[in-house]
Amino acid sequence: MIGPRLRAIIVKELLAVLRDPRARLILVAPPLIQFFLFSFASTMEVNNIRVGVLDLDGGRWSREVVERLAGSPSVREIVPLRSDTELRQAIDRQKVIVALRFDPGFSANVSARRAAVIGAVYDGRRSNAAQIVSGYVERIVGETGATALARAPPALPGAVVNHWFNPNLNHIWFVMPALIAVIGAVSALAVVAQSVARERELGTFDQLMVSPLRTHEILLGKMVPPVLVGLLNATLFLVLTPLVFAVPLTGSVPLFYLALLFYLLSLTGIGMLISTISATQQQAFLGMFAIIVPMIILSGYAGPIDNMPGWLQVVTWFNPPAWFLVVSEGTFLKAMPADQVLANTWPIVLIAIATTAAASALFRSRME
Amino acid sequence: MNEGISAAMRGRRFASMLAKEARQIVRDPSTFLIAFLLPVILLFLMGYGVNLDAAHTRIGLSLQDDSAAARSLAGAYQRSRYFDVRATGSLAELEHRLVGGDIRAIVVIPQDFGRQVARGGGTIQIVTDGALPNTASFAAAYAEGERATWAASQARDSGRALRPPIQVSARFWFNPELASRNFLVPGAIAVVMTMIGSLLTALVVAREWERGTMEALMATPIGMGEFLLSKVIPYFLLGLVSMTLCALLAVTVFAVPFRGSVFALFAISSVYLVPALGQGLLISAALKNQFVASQVALLTAFLPTMLLSGFVFEISSMPRVIQALTYIVPARYLIPQLQTVFIAGDDWRLFLPNMGVLLAFGVVLFALCVHATKRRIA
Amino acid sequence: MAEPVARAHGIVKRFAATGLPALDGVDIAIEPGRMTGLVGPDGAGKTTMIRILAGLIDPDAGTATVGGRPATQADRSRIGYLPQRFGLYEDLTVAENLRLYADLRALPLDERAARFALLLEFTDLARFQGRLAGKLSGGMKQKLGLACALVREPLLLLLDEPGVGVDPVSRRELWAMVRELAGGGIGVLWSTAYLDEAEKCDTVFLLSEGRMLHSGPPGELTARLDDRIVRLPIPAARRRAALREALAHPDIADGAVQGDAIRLMLRAGAPVPPVADLGGTQPLVPAQPRFEDAFIDLLGGGPGGVSDLAQRYPVIPESGHAAIEAQGLTKRFGDFTAARDINFSVQRGQVFGLLGPNGAGKSTTFKMLCGLLSPTAGTGTVDGHDLRRARAEARQSLGYMAQKFSLYGDLSVRQNLDFFAGAYGLSGGDAQEAVAQAIETFHLERYAAVNSGTLPLGYKQRLALACAVLHRPPVLFLDEPTSGVDPIVRREFWTHINGLVEKGVAVLVTTHFMDEAEYCDAIALIYRAEQIATGTPDDLKALVGRPDATMEDAFIALIEASDARREAA
Repeated sequence: MIGPRLRAIIVKELLAVLRDPRARLILVAPPLIQFFLFSFASTMEVNNIRVGVLDLDGGRWSREVVERLAGSPSVREIVPLRSDTELRQAIDRQKVIVALRFDPGFSANVSARRAAVIGAVYDGRRSNAAQIVSGYVERIVGETGATALARAPPALPGAVVNHWFNPNLNHIWFVMPALIAVIGAVSALAVVAQSVARERELGTFDQLMVSPLRTHEILLGKMVPPVLVGLLNATLFLVLTPLVFAVPLTGSVPLFYLALLFYLLSLTGIGMLISTISATQQQAFLGMFAIIVPMIILSGYAGPIDNMPGWLQVVTWFNPPAWFLVVSEGTFLKAMPADQVLANTWPIVLIAIATTAAASALFRSRME
Repeated sequence: MNEGISAAMRGRRFASMLAKEARQIVRDPSTFLIAFLLPVILLFLMGYGVNLDAAHTRIGLSLQDDSAAARSLAGAYQRSRYFDVRATGSLAELEHRLVGGDIRAIVVIPQDFGRQVARGGGTIQIVTDGALPNTASFAAAYAEGERATWAASQARDSGRALRPPIQVSARFWFNPELASRNFLVPGAIAVVMTMIGSLLTALVVAREWERGTMEALMATPIGMGEFLLSKVIPYFLLGLVSMTLCALLAVTVFAVPFRGSVFALFAISSVYLVPALGQGLLISAALKNQFVASQVALLTAFLPTMLLSGFVFEISSMPRVIQALTYIVPARYLIPQLQTVFIAGDDWRLFLPNMGVLLAFGVVLFALCVHATKRRIA
Repeated sequence: MAEPVARAHGIVKRFAATGLPALDGVDIAIEPGRMTGLVGPDGAGKTTMIRILAGLIDPDAGTATVGGRPATQADRSRIGYLPQRFGLYEDLTVAENLRLYADLRALPLDERAARFALLLEFTDLARFQGRLAGKLSGGMKQKLGLACALVREPLLLLLDEPGVGVDPVSRRELWAMVRELAGGGIGVLWSTAYLDEAEKCDTVFLLSEGRMLHSGPPGELTARLDDRIVRLPIPAARRRAALREALAHPDIADGAVQGDAIRLMLRAGAPVPPVADLGGTQPLVPAQPRFEDAFIDLLGGGPGGVSDLAQRYPVIPESGHAAIEAQGLTKRFGDFTAARDINFSVQRGQVFGLLGPNGAGKSTTFKMLCGLLSPTAGTGTVDGHDLRRARAEARQSLGYMAQKFSLYGDLSVRQNLDFFAGAYGLSGGDAQEAVAQAIETFHLERYAAVNSGTLPLGYKQRLALACAVLHRPPVLFLDEPTSGVDPIVRREFWTHINGLVEKGVAVLVTTHFMDEAEYCDAIALIYRAEQIATGTPDDLKALVGRPDATMEDAFIALIEASDARREAA
């Protein structure tokens, strides 16, 4: 099916990746480190909260609120504060993320059903965490209030909230599928970006060029290892993610691999472009770095695409990870049906065709 | 080794090394890329691309009741500045769009909503896309909030003020509008200084080894400490220049507040560059190869600064082992200082202990560097 | 005899715990005012020795002293050191490099103007002061590197292979410059793999695999070969066969083609064999021994004249067209012309040499003919295939060996061979057989599973040739195939080349070794993008007008004549 020339270059490219200690470094270290660091470090939940309390009331209801807070699993420590100055300092020095202030007469007001207000000061420097913590505080205060009104008729809940696909909003359920897209991009690009630049720097490029290998054979040969490396990494994550982190895998695995294949092809096209332009491995590395950071930030992994300004959302249409992230999340959590997988795959196919065509055109012109 | 050479000649030798380094910085395109282009890209991406705040979330609305109350609540969602009602229809239709990621949440106003309200209740159902937990929790909170506001205004109109027994009056200090850009952009500056201090410096020293100029230098009377210093000073200044560029962009383009003093900003940055440069020099002195040095710098400097410094992810929420690991990441001590100097203002009692730790890191790294840089080739 | 400025005694240095030491008990003394040669093939230990003297490597045993103090504590401002890669900052200009090294070596300010003027004049770089060092030609970089090493007059000047990759003209100039300096009382150590340079030194230390084979004046060594070197004139058609037959004679230790004759070395104590036994008709002529002859003699004689490779090679059939043809080949990069109107043709069974200084257009021509560059004008054909229209066919019929080692260093010898077999379309049994034969022919058995990047240079070059001929091409392109290897391997290579040519292979070769040019049936000399002379080696030598002219004399005379014409025009 494939001729001896194509087979020879595929074997050679695979050996080049497997036998070069530097290439092995790229292959092994980043996926492993990222697997552990990202999975554990990249949390959007807020735990181990320290809450400062300035209790000028000291009555039943202020203690009730504080006790309930202390009992919450997200709260690590209640820091008692003695004055407004201390409160200010605790926030300034980032000792606490929130400080609650109970006025004298707070409990009396609650008991008398008069307006009882707790002052809450949040550290706005950490705006994301502060918002989440404010949600916790509001909930606990609301519950305490409900207890205070125990004699009143039970109020009907205003809303019943259902978080589909991830009922407990477990952040790692989002991170791990997204990581497949990120690691696929990093490892495939790292391998392919070096391939041509390396041959050029070591002088083996001329040796290839004088052989009867056709351009498409060289390109195909060079695209095989990054695609295989990407497939291998993705498979590893596909297996580990449900096992280690208990993330459900609900969708179609064959469809996932179909999308993954095109995703990797689109990335090798981009990597080949970088590699063909670069004269040295150093340039290829910097070029890859310069492209991969924006690619990840604009993938929806670092922050939701919905929240980006409109023009930047348009830019993400040309970003393969942005599409593949949807497929990956969908396959894991949403049992995504075929039509929607395909709807998010065809843009990747277009990107793959465009980048591969551009890379081979550039490769041909660079042969001069 | 240096006998017979006057102090003036020695000074001249050092000045000459500095001048050489400065010329190379100006003439090398990769310096430009790392010190100016990448920071600007990074800043723009952080400024525009990463917005963790609840914004205009796309939702679907399933209005199953025809009562006036139901229509009034639906109108409230349509007008809300937090939501963009993209679709209406049956729950089944909207479900499909939720799976596809078209919408991030569904608000269901059930069949007997009008009657429930008449009896003093009125429960809606909120379904979110839990695959994006951050968006989901914001969407749920704001959707609930929207309903509560609506209920309060209904009650006010009907004269039955219904007030919760305890209220929280929340104030967000330093950042009342809760713009995540205000803390992400100072964080991006930390990443930029790490890249110049560690990645770029590692590259330039490794380059001297690779191109054989190190060998020629070592055969001259220059001292190895002098050599290291001649690398440190230019890249220290470059780091400050790049930091200044970023800070100016942050304040002018992204309207990040700057409440501290310029002196404090420079003091903080200068102190941070000491361990960053030390790390870069150590990497290159130990590896002597641009490619490996860049990979190692990426893994030991860039990634930890991104992940383990508290820049994007809350350190206190990480597992204990990872938290312990963050204590050896210099950027961990820089991020709170930068966020404070930008958003809160000068607070030397927060700055000084952090600076002390960073300087201690610097001393250790430079000691290792001097130890690793020997005037030998093998 | 003057007190040596530097001395090394009993130096031993090992880099790997096992294996041969890089240096094994070496003694050296460098006297002021003399040219001291450190001679040997790549891997002999020359660079290690120089670095020890520069105080950059600590020996495992032995002592190295410079100016009476241990080398690592010597006054470095008085040691001039030119590393193999010159140590120049390529992104600084010529003047900036000079000033930097002047400051590093603490050249007093009041001496600067005069010293810079002298060095710039000396190296002829005054016109290029503002140019970036990276934009200089190889020869000019070398001169600038030398100027930087000499910026403050040193006691000791260490030059690590300053002649490598430099054409004969630049080499001769560089040599003259350093010679003049040595006259001023500097101790000079000049390391080289070119044995003809060794002949010109005052004292020579000959290293091979870390051991000292000889030390003393070069004449001492060549004197041992007096009366053992003879020339036998042979008509062109029979020359290669005659050499092969002569080398099979038991009394002949070594031999090479030299112009219109073959040059033979007799075994020590052997009688001069009758001319008829050597296949000649004219009488033997005694010839001057050379340093290379002495080196080969020390190593026990040449490799013999039979090429296993050629014996297994199929006879290339007559095709009726030239094997390689260049017609009006021109290459322009922007407004710079790298090669202009190059015309020649190489027939089946011919060796054709491309000679010329670096940057003259030799490589451009070579690259156009093997399809690495597209000509701006003119046509090139290989085995009758036009390089523009039938590129793939042309590539299938040529074998290519690059200037520097350019196989896959992380792949083993066998994996490299497998790859090139496949790349040239061999599959299954054919591929296996070709690879097995290559391993046997080039004695690669013990290295078959070793990464090719770690091979000794001689084996790297053998592997490169093995890869180039796997598919039995009728045309071979060899770009400086023997640079840096020891003379035995060089002989072996030429035995293979001669054998292949006898089978009908056409060879296009570039070289900086003038004695190798003598093997060629025809030579084109490229200078300033022009083909300034074409002819047989003897034709070119005859142009000099002296009977004893060497190929190098011819090379230099032709270039000077071309310069003269250019100035006149």
